[in-house]
Amino acid sequence: MKKRFKSKFGPFGGKFVPETLMAPLEELDEAYRKYRRDPDFRDELKILLTDYVGRPTPLYFAGRLSEYAGGARIYLKREDLCHTGAHKINNCLGQAILAMRMGKKRIIAETGAGQHGVAAATACALFGLDCEVYMGAEDMERQRPNVFRMDLLGAKVIPVTTGSRTLKDACNEALRDWVTNVGTTYYLLGSTVGPHPYPTMVRDFQSVIGREARRQFKKSPGGLPDYLVACVGGGSNALGLFHPFVKDPVRFIGVEAGGRGIKTGKHAASLGKGRPGVLHGSYSYLLQDRDGQIREAHSISAGLDYPGVGPEHSFFKETGRAEYVSVTDREAIRATVKLSRLEGIIPALESAHAIAYGIKLARNLKKNKTIIICLSGRGDKDLEIIQKA
Amino acid sequence: MDNKIDIKFKQLKERGKKAFIAYLTVGFPDIETNLRLVLEMERRGVDIIELGIPFSDPIADGPTIQASSQASLARGTTPADALLLAAEIRKHSSIPLILMGYLNPFLRPAPGILAKKLSRAGVDGVIIPDLPPEASDSIRLPLKAEGIHTIFLIAPTSRPDRIKLVCEKSGGFIYYVSRTGVTGAREDLSRELEMKVKGIKKETDLPVCVGFGISTREQLLRVWGTADGAIVGSALIKPFLGETTPARGLKKCLKVLEGMLQVGSA
Repeated sequence: MKKRFKSKFGPFGGKFVPETLMAPLEELDEAYRKYRRDPDFRDELKILLTDYVGRPTPLYFAGRLSEYAGGARIYLKREDLCHTGAHKINNCLGQAILAMRMGKKRIIAETGAGQHGVAAATACALFGLDCEVYMGAEDMERQRPNVFRMDLLGAKVIPVTTGSRTLKDACNEALRDWVTNVGTTYYLLGSTVGPHPYPTMVRDFQSVIGREARRQFKKSPGGLPDYLVACVGGGSNALGLFHPFVKDPVRFIGVEAGGRGIKTGKHAASLGKGRPGVLHGSYSYLLQDRDGQIREAHSISAGLDYPGVGPEHSFFKETGRAEYVSVTDREAIRATVKLSRLEGIIPALESAHAIAYGIKLARNLKKNKTIIICLSGRGDKDLEIIQKA
Repeated sequence: MDNKIDIKFKQLKERGKKAFIAYLTVGFPDIETNLRLVLEMERRGVDIIELGIPFSDPIADGPTIQASSQASLARGTTPADALLLAAEIRKHSSIPLILMGYLNPFLRPAPGILAKKLSRAGVDGVIIPDLPPEASDSIRLPLKAEGIHTIFLIAPTSRPDRIKLVCEKSGGFIYYVSRTGVTGAREDLSRELEMKVKGIKKETDLPVCVGFGISTREQLLRVWGTADGAIVGSALIKPFLGETTPARGLKKCLKVLEGMLQVGSA
């Protein structure tokens, strides 16, 4: 069991935070070690995932989309059908139960697209916890529906006006809040990023995606899919899907946000174009300049608009376990329209990146090949952006 | 024993005095003003200078140092400028110099080259708030070989085993964070301050200095009453914010300093 709690993935990960946060991270690590195998904890989470979130989510064969691509068969793991509309709730419920066990009454979170913020606000409403969500001012502007939802759920949304006014800066503010209110506050981090134990813990809570998909796919002839495709910002839906297949002969493809094109410099392809460094407490691939200053990321999708990436993805890249590609803003919009027209499913712009690459991939594969794409969230929040595009 | 930080603390001890350590953000408002400020500060009794390398994402800093860092980066300040400034100060003064910066820019050069560059610029110590002592060897040891101290922080939340670890790995002095939170002025210091500093002193012979939130003469005296030195940053940067010219900011900053140290204009 100790072995599974390495704070690093190869050279990546670790705990690079101010000293004030070292003790609460240890406390969190201890609590998570204790409860992750605790039957009561597991039962409580399982019941909520079933009755409240609506799991298991379907694994849907997208017949018309597959036909359009004209190659491999495409399956969609329907995380968009989770309560709150995205996979983020899987992690939020797990961490909220943990916070309750640890006796913390005040929850803080960062959010980009607002999906994690909404999920955190939802979990806090369910458990009667105080919730404050840091959100970049630019993201509040482009994801307004989610700001209203958080407000309705009783959370306080705090605009962040420093830096690029997006997810990176929201993380900075959440860390500053945590370092100040460390005794009373639980930091509910939304992705597989940050200092240990977050990347491991968030991955574990999201692994329900891959466990279900594996079980669901096993029933079909062939037993295992050939490819798994998921979008990667911080990378939690991708790791959630990939991880239960890590020992299987299944290829993993992570799709980063190519923004206006990775040659323009206006993108969020940390793995594709960055190099390793330290941001928000872990060592991982980063968009940075010659001097080690963090570069601003660019993506039409607020949830992928982040200059870092989870350390386990960096490890997968270095070891070749997964490959990472990118898709531009324009391709993501086109995929959004395609999926809407062909399947009657409006994907989140984040997930549309995975769809866009999935279509390209399927087109170049034989008809007997299979792909599972993680449809990590639904697109209601993005309607304004898509109308403008 | 030829590290300038060690020599300074030894001298202060012999004279029964405590250290005043001043932080400034490199390139804010500009490098020329930084240089003038350091020399003026030394004349007014500042013992050690901490040169802050501006970083895009300073998670341990409050609004004042954030604003100064953003302004400095907007002017195009780089880590290399910090070394140029240090070398320039060295031409005029032998005041101990500490480079403070977040970890990522320190990872750019190979550790051995970094240490040589810092040594050539006349740097005596480094503070890297997001580098924990247990993960520091690859940076700390090459610096040590060049006679440069890596100064680690202890926080109010640090458990006894971590206090021991920091005392074991730290050089020059121990930086005690006065209370949980980011840098910047606060109305009150923690009631536990004296007890915590005494606890650390039991673990080490190194001087213990206290920083974060010290902005008044009263707070300074209280820190000096228990610790070996006080680190003041935001209170000396604030006077520059919103000033129309660097010269006016400099004047206001020195006034604040004179008030804290109770010295007249030199």
